[in-house]
Amino acid sequence: MKVTITVNGEKIQEDVEDRTLLVHFLRDGANLTATNIGCDTTSCGACTVLLDGESVKSCTVLAAQADGAEVTTVEGLASPDGELHPMQRAFQAEHGLQCGFCTPGMVMAAVSLLKENPHPTEEQVRTGLEGNLCRCTGYHNIVRAVLAAAEEGA
Amino acid sequence: MGTRVVRVEDPRLLTAGGTYTDDLREPLLTGAAYATFVRSPHAHARITGIDVSAAQDEPGVVAVLTGQDAAAELPAPPDNPNAEPLLATDTVRYVGEPVALVVTDGRYQGEDAAELVSVDYEPLPAVIDIDDALRGETLLFPESGSNVVASGGGDGSGDDAFADCEVVVERTIVNQRVAPAPLETRAAAAAWADERLTVWVSTQNAHWARDAIAGALGLEPAAVRVITPDVGGGFGAKIGADRDGIAVAWAARRTGRPVRWVETRSENLVGMTHGRGQRHAIKIGGTRDGRITAYRLGVIQDAGGYPRMATLLATLTQTMASGVYDIPHVEAGFQVVVTNTTPVAAYRGAGRPEATAAVERAVDMFAAEIGMDPAEVRRRNFIAPDKFPYTTPGGMEYDTGEYAAALDRVLSAAGYDELRAEQARRREQGGPVQLGVGLSTYVEITGGVPEIGETARLEVHDDGTVTVLTGSSPHGQGHATAWAMLVQDELGIPMDKITVRHGDTDAIPVGIGTFGSRSLQLGGTAVHQAAVNVKERARELAADELEADKADLEFDVAGGVWRVRGTPDIGLDWGRLARLAGPDGLAADVHFTSPKSTFPFGAHVAVVEADVETGKVRLVRHVTVDDAGPVLNPVLAEGQRQGGIAQGAAQALLEEVLYDSDGNPVTSTLVDYPFITATELPSFELVDMATPTPLNPLGVKGIGEAGTIGATPAVQNAVVDAVAHLGVRHIDMPTTPQRVWTAINEARAGQ
Repeated sequence: MKVTITVNGEKIQEDVEDRTLLVHFLRDGANLTATNIGCDTTSCGACTVLLDGESVKSCTVLAAQADGAEVTTVEGLASPDGELHPMQRAFQAEHGLQCGFCTPGMVMAAVSLLKENPHPTEEQVRTGLEGNLCRCTGYHNIVRAVLAAAEEGA
Repeated sequence: MGTRVVRVEDPRLLTAGGTYTDDLREPLLTGAAYATFVRSPHAHARITGIDVSAAQDEPGVVAVLTGQDAAAELPAPPDNPNAEPLLATDTVRYVGEPVALVVTDGRYQGEDAAELVSVDYEPLPAVIDIDDALRGETLLFPESGSNVVASGGGDGSGDDAFADCEVVVERTIVNQRVAPAPLETRAAAAAWADERLTVWVSTQNAHWARDAIAGALGLEPAAVRVITPDVGGGFGAKIGADRDGIAVAWAARRTGRPVRWVETRSENLVGMTHGRGQRHAIKIGGTRDGRITAYRLGVIQDAGGYPRMATLLATLTQTMASGVYDIPHVEAGFQVVVTNTTPVAAYRGAGRPEATAAVERAVDMFAAEIGMDPAEVRRRNFIAPDKFPYTTPGGMEYDTGEYAAALDRVLSAAGYDELRAEQARRREQGGPVQLGVGLSTYVEITGGVPEIGETARLEVHDDGTVTVLTGSSPHGQGHATAWAMLVQDELGIPMDKITVRHGDTDAIPVGIGTFGSRSLQLGGTAVHQAAVNVKERARELAADELEADKADLEFDVAGGVWRVRGTPDIGLDWGRLARLAGPDGLAADVHFTSPKSTFPFGAHVAVVEADVETGKVRLVRHVTVDDAGPVLNPVLAEGQRQGGIAQGAAQALLEEVLYDSDGNPVTSTLVDYPFITATELPSFELVDMATPTPLNPLGVKGIGEAGTIGATPAVQNAVVDAVAHLGVRHIDMPTTPQRVWTAINEARAGQ
């Protein structure tokens, strides 16, 4: 079936199997490989993107469900002239990533978290990111990054 | 050295994302087919038949490969009683063991086609744990005659040094099996072209992967090129290449199509090697005034279905058994047994967390027995600072250590006395939420086979930029930033002109890789030495060109030029010197080896709140000293400590791989395996301390695993401490609410 999704502002149309997951539409169809797959039970959040502004785990959304919608991935966060989004800047400044595999999903989840709660406490950040797993950082600097981005008014 | 520098790796990782194996868009992989494994659903079974016809007949199925195909085509594996075939042939020994490989045109098709492969199994009784293995009613390798595949060290039959002890505590405890679970699962991609195999593997060592692939496929190493893409975490479980990755490489050669593979998380939780899995028989004895005079540790290592590196792990536990303590009589021994479970291999710490967890529990139990503060007991038994280098009863030569200083520093930072006072207050009040304070003091061995060392090549190009080719293999550690810092320190070339490359067996002829916390002390030293050599060569070239004495030359960092002291007008920049250097260029190759390992050390304080009515525990504070010598980049070192602490705490609190009585894994998805999340951890409090080692020019030891090694026992000790006033002396890990609640109730019943 034909599915059309506007990804990071660009209309992408692909002919896909009905069962194609949104994450594979993004990775294989739109060739945007930043969004990663870390599990098969909707547990890890590595695949988190924004679907019409709401954070979703794209491994648990069918591409067909996103037909006609707008998706934002981490590749679409920086401005067209390359200026980093405050969340991206904060993750680098605070060393909120090591291997980087969980990072795209973590950043998108964090962006969504601050949209809903612009000034979270540390506890609220941790609870808000419960669905995003990281093995490398111990979450310490991820939390600092999100709080720093909030401070900046991300 | 010592400066906080943010990572050069991050801009790419945060915008376009890393290029992990499943992201690759290499020309050689154009039109790649997808590989999907058929895996055993049985813990132990004979394979009596495989019918691939239904799968093969499906449109879009390129090939279906079995163990028979491998046996017919590939060289016989080495003559080894516990040999592990590429794909199982007559026997499967764990749920998840690969049995067949299906290659399909489409990604999703693979699972459909795999389901059509029909395998006939004759189930055998499953050996599900250490006790089953020792009973020996069912043998995994009947020709061996036993499920005990190795043993070493003392067997506990020596002089009874415990006879003279005023106090003796004995207990058998568990260091449970855990899953490394890096966020990126295992993955490989391969293409056979022009009589050469190019393989991309998510690995910690491209060269070891190359050798394993070449050996298994009967190819000369030069016919195989292994490239390491970005790797999404390894933690020891991605060392070299395992049978799945090798099978993918074989499939590419066999079918003539490029093949790519990435496992699902469910496959990963049963197919990637597990960590830990030891049982510890502990005996500790000493005087009533806190002097430990005897310690015995008997280790049984559960190796899983195939022994792989289990003997190495058990040996590390055995040799590191006595930890930071100066104990007159130490005896440690081990047995390694096979069971019908996933093979156990290295996982952050690899044998040393186990040793530390055992002795730290033992010391706390001894302290409880004599009614002495566990910090004080430790103080009375540390190896004194003037005893280094110190050779332990296990034969380890500790280079440098300041154990009492580390403990004092962490206790001070944690506010130990205030914590004990708060604990006393809560106990007095008798409320449901009690406070537990747990300590660990640890030492660990790093360098990961330092005798084979690490390589570096440094090239200064005609335009003044630099390329460093390192044998190290980062998978999150930030070597590109760290090595560039080392080069900048020595040569004054700004970091943005320095590129660090790793993980390509064509570009880097000799390399070892990253494991065992070896990279800075070996790989970093090699880079540093290469820079020193290049600097010396540059000085010679500049002296020649400027017709001056070498001693009169200086490098002006701000201007980026070499000049003769006192002659500011004439300078030679790095590019100029590279052009002057002739056909060999301005470059240096170093292979740095060290005859000895280094021994970082530290002390952790964990603070938990335990609800004595529900058994629920919360880690509220975790304070650490982790001393691995001088710190190159505090940002990176802190990150390693934090990540390590999280994994260590995870083992103490939550994580455990479980099997049912038929050998079926019951924690094989992330829904069931309690991978630690942000909500279960506090922010950590890291205290600085840096005691150098004389064993390398940088004076550094390895930090990567230290946090994990120190954290697990501190947290476990804290949980026990939280309910010690109710009579609890020990709780096995993970300290789930059920275990804590049960311990409380058993203690109450016993009183």
